Amino acid sequence: MSVANLVVLSPCDGLLPGTIGAVSITETTPGRITAILPFKGQDDAVSVALKSALGVGFPAPGRSQAVGDVRTLWVGRGEALLMGADCPDLPGAACVDQSDAWATVEITGTPVEEVLARLVPVDLRAATFDPGHTARTLLGHMTASVTRTGASAFEIMVFRSMAETLVENLAHAASAVAARS
Amino acid sequence: MRIPCPLCGPRDRREFAYQGAAVMLDRPAPDAGDAAWDDYLHNRANPCGETRDLWFHEAGCGAWLVVTRDTATHEVTGAELAETVASS
Repeated sequence: MSVANLVVLSPCDGLLPGTIGAVSITETTPGRITAILPFKGQDDAVSVALKSALGVGFPAPGRSQAVGDVRTLWVGRGEALLMGADCPDLPGAACVDQSDAWATVEITGTPVEEVLARLVPVDLRAATFDPGHTARTLLGHMTASVTRTGASAFEIMVFRSMAETLVENLAHAASAVAARS
Repeated sequence: MRIPCPLCGPRDRREFAYQGAAVMLDRPAPDAGDAAWDDYLHNRANPCGETRDLWFHEAGCGAWLVVTRDTATHEVTGAELAETVASS
């Protein structure tokens, strides 16, 4: 097959959207994703450069920042994802394009906390996990990034190769919660 | 068992991988001699009480931690970033 015949497919193509009980799962398209890893001692300089270029700084651990569609998402020690914008010139950091590396879904609905409680070993209830809070943790057996996007909405990111497992795990948990209501 | 990750907060043990005693951070000088290197590589205390271990937060932030716990009571009393410990 020649390159001209290749078709671009999103990670969850053919898997989503879906609605199970009161929970809806949709794939989202955050746009360009760049991993930003500041070099030693460059954290502040990188954050200032990001802020002046795009209006969002380097987020604190467990937090995300957003200005319109441009977001920065903390994803680990000394690492954040810049989403929704091309990466500016950041001499103080290693910057890696990961746009096609992540499967990103949004899960919404009143019982969403109950659904995620079956999969994620972190307390995601609103009392401790506000909008904008993010956690690098497990979802089932996968490492995942979990971010609250609203009162009953979470964004979940896993590596692209795990998209099918993510959708299956979420659907299974949502079915179990729906069966009890 | 939960480990208080300095970056992520208290997290379940399943997110972590155990490496071993935190004496791994006290690497002898290259010319410290055979006795010091033999001790560093092979000899470990087996305390009944407080111990300090290296844990890797592999399913979380990816940081190496020095975790203080009690082998008798199983109480975890603290955790700090290994990079902080190693540079102090």
